[in-house]
Amino acid sequence: MKNKEPLILVIVVFFSLLTYYLVEPFAHSQMHKHFESEGFTYKDLPDLTKKGDAAKGQELVMGAAACVGCHSIEAAGMPAAMEPQAAAASYGVNPPDLSNAGAVYDAKFLADLIKNPAHALKVEHKFTPESGKMHPMVAFYGAGGDIDQEVADIVAYLQSIAVKQEELTPKMAFETACGRCHAVHYENWTQIGEKPKFKHEKDSLAFDIKVLEYEDSIKNYMGKLPPDLSIYIRSRGEHFIKTFVEDPQQYLKGTAMPRVGVNAEAAEKVIEYLEDSGDTKRHERESVGKNVMIYIVIFAIFALLWKKQVWRDLH
Amino acid sequence: MAHFTKATSVKDWLNQRLAVEKLEKVMMSEYWIPKNINFLWAMGMVLVITFALLLVSGIFLLMYYQPNVNTAFDSVNYTIMREVDFGWLWRHVHGVAASVVFLIIYIHMFTGIYYGSYKKGREMIWISGMLLFVAFSAEAFSGYMLPWGQMSYWAGMVITNLFSGGSLHADGLVEWIRGDYVPAQAFLNRFFMLHVLLIPLAIMGLIGLHFGALRIPHVNNQDGEEIDFDAEAKKYLDGDKAGSKVMRFANDFMSKDMMVVGIYLIFFFYLVFYNYGFAMDPVNFDPADGLKTPAHIYPEWYFLWSYEILRPFSTNVGLIAFAFAQVIFVLLPFLDRSPNTVPANRRGLFAVWFWLMLVDMIVLTAMGKVPPSGMFSTIGFYAALTFIGLWIALPFITKMEKKV
Repeated sequence: MKNKEPLILVIVVFFSLLTYYLVEPFAHSQMHKHFESEGFTYKDLPDLTKKGDAAKGQELVMGAAACVGCHSIEAAGMPAAMEPQAAAASYGVNPPDLSNAGAVYDAKFLADLIKNPAHALKVEHKFTPESGKMHPMVAFYGAGGDIDQEVADIVAYLQSIAVKQEELTPKMAFETACGRCHAVHYENWTQIGEKPKFKHEKDSLAFDIKVLEYEDSIKNYMGKLPPDLSIYIRSRGEHFIKTFVEDPQQYLKGTAMPRVGVNAEAAEKVIEYLEDSGDTKRHERESVGKNVMIYIVIFAIFALLWKKQVWRDLH
Repeated sequence: MAHFTKATSVKDWLNQRLAVEKLEKVMMSEYWIPKNINFLWAMGMVLVITFALLLVSGIFLLMYYQPNVNTAFDSVNYTIMREVDFGWLWRHVHGVAASVVFLIIYIHMFTGIYYGSYKKGREMIWISGMLLFVAFSAEAFSGYMLPWGQMSYWAGMVITNLFSGGSLHADGLVEWIRGDYVPAQAFLNRFFMLHVLLIPLAIMGLIGLHFGALRIPHVNNQDGEEIDFDAEAKKYLDGDKAGSKVMRFANDFMSKDMMVVGIYLIFFFYLVFYNYGFAMDPVNFDPADGLKTPAHIYPEWYFLWSYEILRPFSTNVGLIAFAFAQVIFVLLPFLDRSPNTVPANRRGLFAVWFWLMLVDMIVLTAMGKVPPSGMFSTIGFYAALTFIGLWIALPFITKMEKKV
C-alpha cells in the first residue's frame, strides 16, 4: 500500500496554518487601525529656510525670548527654579529642561513649536478660543528682527549645547521626550525623576507624596493620568508605539497626548529604552533560542535514526 | 501471604515485590500496536510530552507567582520576566505549550473522528478523551486568569457571567462562583487553586483512565481492519516480526513516537523563541482595570469556535446553542449509527460530514475573533447554524450508510 503520510502531513499543516492566518494576521487587521510611519519627517511642518547662529540663539534664549523664565538648561548651568511638582502645579506639567532638546527633537518641529506650541504639538483642539484655555508655553512672537532667523538661531543654540547624537542614551531620550508624563516603574522612573534609595521610610514616603502631587497636576492638565509604560513594548509593540508617537491624533482623535516631535534617531532610542524595561531578556532569548534549536535538531536526527533501526526488522 | 525467596539481584528483589517484569510486558514490550497506523497515532505521545512541559514549567513559575490582585501582575511581568534567571523561558514555554496543546488535541480529536476510533468498544476512549478536553479547557481558562491583566479580568467577567443563564438571572450563582460581585481577590485565589491543584489532579486521573480505556479494545488502525491481536502477537513472538500485523509498543512504536516528538519539538521551540506572540495576547500585558473595558474582548483561539456559537444569537438562544456545543462531541459514539469502523473516505456521506465539520469549525474560529458586525456577523450566524445542523443530521446520514 502506498504511503499516505506525506499527504496527511500536508493536510494537517494546511489547516493549522489557515487557522493561524485567520485568527492572527487577518483578525488583527480587522480589529486595529494600521498606519505606516513617515519616518519622523513631519511633512506637515515647514522646512527651516535660514541658517541659525548658535551665539545669537544663546542671547535670545537667555534674553528676549525669555525661554529660561520657565525652562531650566542644566547643560548651560541653569538649574530648575522650582521643584517638579511645584512647576506642574503652575504649568500643568513640568516644563522640560532644554539641555538635550536639540538632540531629541526634530529641528523643524522645534522651530514650529517655538512659534506656535499648540500647532506643533497638535493639541489645538484643547486650546480653542471657546475653551478659554491657553497653552502653558507662550509662543515666541519675535525679538524685533526676522522671526524666522531668530527661531533658526534658537534651534541652532539648542543643538549646540545638546549631547551628540551618538552620545544620546536611550534613558536620556526617554526622559526628555516621555518621562515628564509617563512613569516606568519597572525602571524605577517616576514623572519627577528616578526614585532614589532612601535610608528612612519617612523620606521615601515624602518622595512618593511629591510624585502624587505631580500626578494630580498632570491628571488635571491631561484629563487622566498618562499610563505607566513599563511593558508597553509587549502590550502595544514597536510599530504601534512609533506610529502613535509620530502622530497620536491619527489613532486617537482628540487625545490630550501631544505630538512629541522626536527625530528618527531619538525614536529608536526611546524604543530601546522601552525594550530594556519590558523585554529585558531579548538578547538572552536569542542566544538561548539558537542553542535550543541546535540541540533539538540533533535530538530529532537521533530519534529518526533510532526509528529506522528499530523498524528495519518490522517490514 | 506470598512466598518470598532470597533475591538473586536487584531486579529479582523488585520483581518479587512489584512484578516489574510483568509490568514491563503489560505496559511496554507486550502492549501490541497495529502496524498499519500513521504519524497521527503519535499525537498521544506528543500530548504527553506537551503536558510534561506544562507541568515542569508550571512548577518553576509557581515558585515565584503571587496570587494577589495587587502583586500578581508584577510577579509575572517583573519578577518572573526580569528578575528570575530564565523565568522568561519558563513563562514562554508554559504560555506556548498551553496554546499548542489545544492544536494537538484538535488534531488528535479529528484523527479519531476520521478513522472512527470511537466505535465498537472504543466508546470509553472517546468519552474519557472528551472529559480530558473539558478539563484542559478549564485548566486553560483558570490559568489565563492568573497574570491578572486586562484580558484575564474581562474574560473572567464575561465567562462567569454566562452562568447567570440569560433570562434565568441566576446572579446569585455568578456571585457564588466569583466569591464577590466582580472578579477580585476571592476570584483570583480560587482560580489559582483550581489551576495548580484540583484541575491538574483531575487531568492526571483522566489521563490514567484514557490510557486504561485503550487496553481492551486496542488501538485502532488506518484501514479499519479487525486484527486478531492474540494470533498476531504470537506470530511476532515466534520470530516472524515482519509478517505479523502488530508490533510492540516499546521500542517498536515508541521509536516512531519519538521521531514525531523530535520533529514536533523543533516546531514547538521555534514558537517559544521566535513566534510566541499568538499565545500571549498583547492586551493581557496591561494590568487589570475594572473601569476600562478593552475595545475587543475575545478568548484564546481554541475557544473561539464555541464562543462564536454563543455570539450570533439572542442571549437565551445563544446560551442554549453554546451548551449544546459543549456537550455534543461527547455523544458522538452514540449519534453515529453506522456499523462501519473504517476511515471516513470509505463511508460515503460521512466523509462529506467530516470535512464540512472541520471547515465549519475553522470558519467559526475565525469569526469568533473578528468584531461581530456586518458580514462577519452573518457568516458567523450561518456557520453556527451549520454546526448545529450537522450534528442533527449525523444520526440520519450514518443510519443510511451501507455496510462496507
